[in-house]
Amino acid sequence: MIKTDVAIIGGGPAGLSAAIAAADMGAHVTLVDRNQELGGQLLKQTHMFFGSREEYASTRGFDIANILKEELKKRNVDVLLNTTVVGYYKDDGVWGMEHGEDKFVKLKAKKTVVATGAMERHLLFPNNDLPGIYGAGAVQTLMNQYGVVPGKRVLMVGAGNIGLIVSYQLLQAGVEVAAIIDAAPTIGGYLVHASKVRRQGVPIMTSYTVKKAYGNGVLEGATIVKVDNRFQPIPGTEMDMDIDTMCIAVGLNPLVELLWQAGCEMRYIPQLGGHVPVKDENYETTVEGIYVAGDAAEIEEATSAMVEGRIAGLNAAYTMGFDNGHYCDEREKAIKRLQDLRSGPVGVKISNGLLKLAEEAV
Amino acid sequence: MRIESHPILEFKRGNALKFIFDGQEMVGYEGETIAAALHANGVKILSHSLKEGRPRGFYCAIGNCSSCLMKVNGTPNVRVCTEPLKDGMVVETQHGKGVIK
Ligand SMILES: Cc1cc2nc3c(=O)[nH]c(=O)nc-3n(C[C@H](O)[C@H](O)[C@H](O)COP(=O)(O)OP(=O)(O)OC[C@H]3O[C@@H](n4cnc5c(N)ncnc54)[C@H](O)[C@@H]3O)c2cc1C
Repeated sequence: MIKTDVAIIGGGPAGLSAAIAAADMGAHVTLVDRNQELGGQLLKQTHMFFGSREEYASTRGFDIANILKEELKKRNVDVLLNTTVVGYYKDDGVWGMEHGEDKFVKLKAKKTVVATGAMERHLLFPNNDLPGIYGAGAVQTLMNQYGVVPGKRVLMVGAGNIGLIVSYQLLQAGVEVAAIIDAAPTIGGYLVHASKVRRQGVPIMTSYTVKKAYGNGVLEGATIVKVDNRFQPIPGTEMDMDIDTMCIAVGLNPLVELLWQAGCEMRYIPQLGGHVPVKDENYETTVEGIYVAGDAAEIEEATSAMVEGRIAGLNAAYTMGFDNGHYCDEREKAIKRLQDLRSGPVGVKISNGLLKLAEEAV
Repeated sequence: MRIESHPILEFKRGNALKFIFDGQEMVGYEGETIAAALHANGVKILSHSLKEGRPRGFYCAIGNCSSCLMKVNGTPNVRVCTEPLKDGMVVETQHGKGVIK
């Protein structure tokens, strides 16, 4: 059994920041990730990030991952890759992990930060399980990390930032994007991203949804249909699309299975992406010693994920008696950063969600 | 299909590796996942649903959704979307739930 002071589950921007912060306080940190490489979502982001300069905005996502990884290397942190945390033994406070595909390892930590990120949602329509229908993030991984294109002609479902950005990246990889559709009457993502794909001739069709997909064994086409302002399909507006790939970009759900299992109190808050853990200002859940940070806490951005990771990491270490003398300053600074990040118009949804979570937690 | 030129990314592919998919020899590269290598070879159908036998490909590509489980070197239920490709691997379509040895 591996023993450590602070275990961090997930090595995306939140987990990496948590590991750095806890190690700086003086704690022994073990960082676990199921991937072959640290960086989480950042690894496949080729675009310049929005957000604030302090959290590396205007830097390409994969470069931010490299900056954080370099910082981590300067500290004495144990890293376990290709290791999936699969369960929690509540009575002993032990995490069960699968290393590779057939080795079981146990990890006992005094404190844990869960930074497992999120998973793409799916949509309901006939034949939505045909091979060729993928999460937009999955296509990004295939394309940007492994250099393999998903197909020849793509229908993007979802005109939020992820749908727009991945469409642009498909074009960069030489793949045709037939259209971007969204059931909402307006484009959800930033206008800069929408203009970039429009300039390349990709139509963005709002108030459209998928009626059905078809194909013999693999995806060969889809029928889309216009919806009214109550999201009901309007008969006679169906259109057939000749495509071999469909990307679903309709939002993410926090990956919170481990938190459920540990007995953390959860609430359903749509603005935060679904079921999320109740947490305090230090990002500690209702189970003492288990912290949460990043998309697992609520679907937001890499910038806030990093700050949340810092807060969780600082507190996990501090509550065990570790302090390099800067705990109070660092904590206060980070909490202030988060407030600033959420103060603009983009932060309204998250702020409302967090308010609702706080209300429902009592 | 593999991307050969890209405006931002440069793909430093590792050594070419040979592997077998359902009896057929294929080539992939060191550093990529089994699913990426299969896709590059035109294989999109990775598994079948248990009850109806409907074909399934990968969906999440982060080891979460379990729609890409295959038999690798005799071990069933391997998530090929995250498992690295190795030289000489034998990858097979899995039928049913798989049996733990
Ligand atoms: C297309 C796209 C564009 C985006 N653009 C921007 C942008 O411009 N600016 C911005 O700020 N944000 C952007 N984001 C959002 C940003 O990427 C995420 O908010 C951020 O990555 C969340 O960080 P995280 O550390 O919480 O999770 P992730 O980055 O998802 O990392 C989670 C990590 O946990 C690991 N993990 C999960 N479960 C387990 C387990 N059981 N055991 C072990 N390891 C596990 C995973 O392998 C992964 O490495 C974008 C996202 C996407 C998809």
